[in-house]
Amino acid sequence: MRTIHVDEVIKNVKEMCIEANHFLTEDMDMALTKAGKTEKSPLGKQILGQLKENLCIAAEDMIPICQDTGMAVVFVEIGQDVRIEGGLLTDAVNEGVRQGYIEGFLRKSVVKDPILRENTKDNTPAVIHYDIVAGEKIKITVAPKGFGSENMSRVFMLKPADGIEGVKNAILTAVKDAGPNACPPMVVGVGIGGTFEKCALLAKQALTRPVNQHSDIPYVKDMEEELLCRINKTGIGPGGLGGSTTALAVNINTYPTHIAGLPVAVNICCHVNRHCVREL
Amino acid sequence: MDKHITVPFGEKEARELKSGDYVYLSGIIYTARDAAHKRMYEALEQGEELPFDIRNNIIYYMGPSPAREGRPIGSAGPTTASRMDKYAPALLELGQRGMIGKGKRSEAVRQAIIKNNAVYFAAVGGAGALLSKAIVSSEVIAYDDLGTEAIRRLEVKDFPVIVVIDSEGNNLYETAAKAYAELEA
Repeated sequence: MRTIHVDEVIKNVKEMCIEANHFLTEDMDMALTKAGKTEKSPLGKQILGQLKENLCIAAEDMIPICQDTGMAVVFVEIGQDVRIEGGLLTDAVNEGVRQGYIEGFLRKSVVKDPILRENTKDNTPAVIHYDIVAGEKIKITVAPKGFGSENMSRVFMLKPADGIEGVKNAILTAVKDAGPNACPPMVVGVGIGGTFEKCALLAKQALTRPVNQHSDIPYVKDMEEELLCRINKTGIGPGGLGGSTTALAVNINTYPTHIAGLPVAVNICCHVNRHCVREL
Repeated sequence: MDKHITVPFGEKEARELKSGDYVYLSGIIYTARDAAHKRMYEALEQGEELPFDIRNNIIYYMGPSPAREGRPIGSAGPTTASRMDKYAPALLELGQRGMIGKGKRSEAVRQAIIKNNAVYFAAVGGAGALLSKAIVSSEVIAYDDLGTEAIRRLEVKDFPVIVVIDSEGNNLYETAAKAYAELEA
């Protein structure tokens, strides 16, 4: 049994909110650089160049990469041999978000009620997903999610008879409908299987996987490659202004499902695909 | 084609801008997004004045992140324009010359752009740090209680935008994507 104080959680979540909003992971940076070399449209190339320049300015001057610094999505994997002391873990995560968004000059984009829409002024609450795992560590992933692309995400409750072609069509439909609204080049997170809510969670988790790392299931890896290729033939391009780079990656996660169902969730993320991982 | 223009501008200048033009804006623009549009729309419904003279002006659909000390503004990129589609035609009727945002517009907005000799520009979404460098000063002029969604008067210098829908209704999102679409085998 290992004891972790909530202060440790607060401090790390705070730092991760600030880090994720100013620095992209190396795999994202590499994917943007590569796209800049392969893009066919001159305007598309120019936009990809601006996105790279934007990342440099963000890191050097500590200006958030995007003004939509997101709603904080936090994945917490708790080793079952960990004991939390000093308070509630959920309160600690939210306190970390609060401090990170205030001290880090991040935008407060959360409203307390979806209809009444009064801003909470500290970007809390976060959306927190807990998982209990083996061991005596806590792994925290902070993934601030912007809503330009979140708004273009979809869940499709397909029939088993729709099969793999039905899944591919669903993904292409979501991407084409998103078009310029989702700030392409996008990263496409897909969840297949589970239940209505499970497939959405799988899709969100898929966005936190490095964009240069494929699924280790052979048919899923093939589907990721095929869909990326087909998405990049839609012509949507960087900024939606035409070109051969519409997506940087398609990441697909799967889960067992019911004999009667084939749920598919497509969680679209813009090129500012932010996440930061730490183990306590 | 690259162009440098001063904002605000009139109908004549708007008609000279063509879908696909790369334009650098210098002068004064105003920010407003969802909540400010809702409030302006309600003001008009009640026969009240808008908080600024909208004629010939450009509205930038943007809610910035807070400014660090010594800077005029924080990160400042465009938000999705379609959420303002409900309100835009009424404002264009009052002489608003254009909008800066990102993403598709409704047919009603496109028609209002044609009718009023207006223009819809896109700024590069997700390039908020870069775009903030073209903003010289920022001042909240209305709806301060809305926080990031307040109306701001921005002074911009060489603010980079692309003409998406011009005063004839040509739409770059449709033409450009078609130009680069590859037929599937």
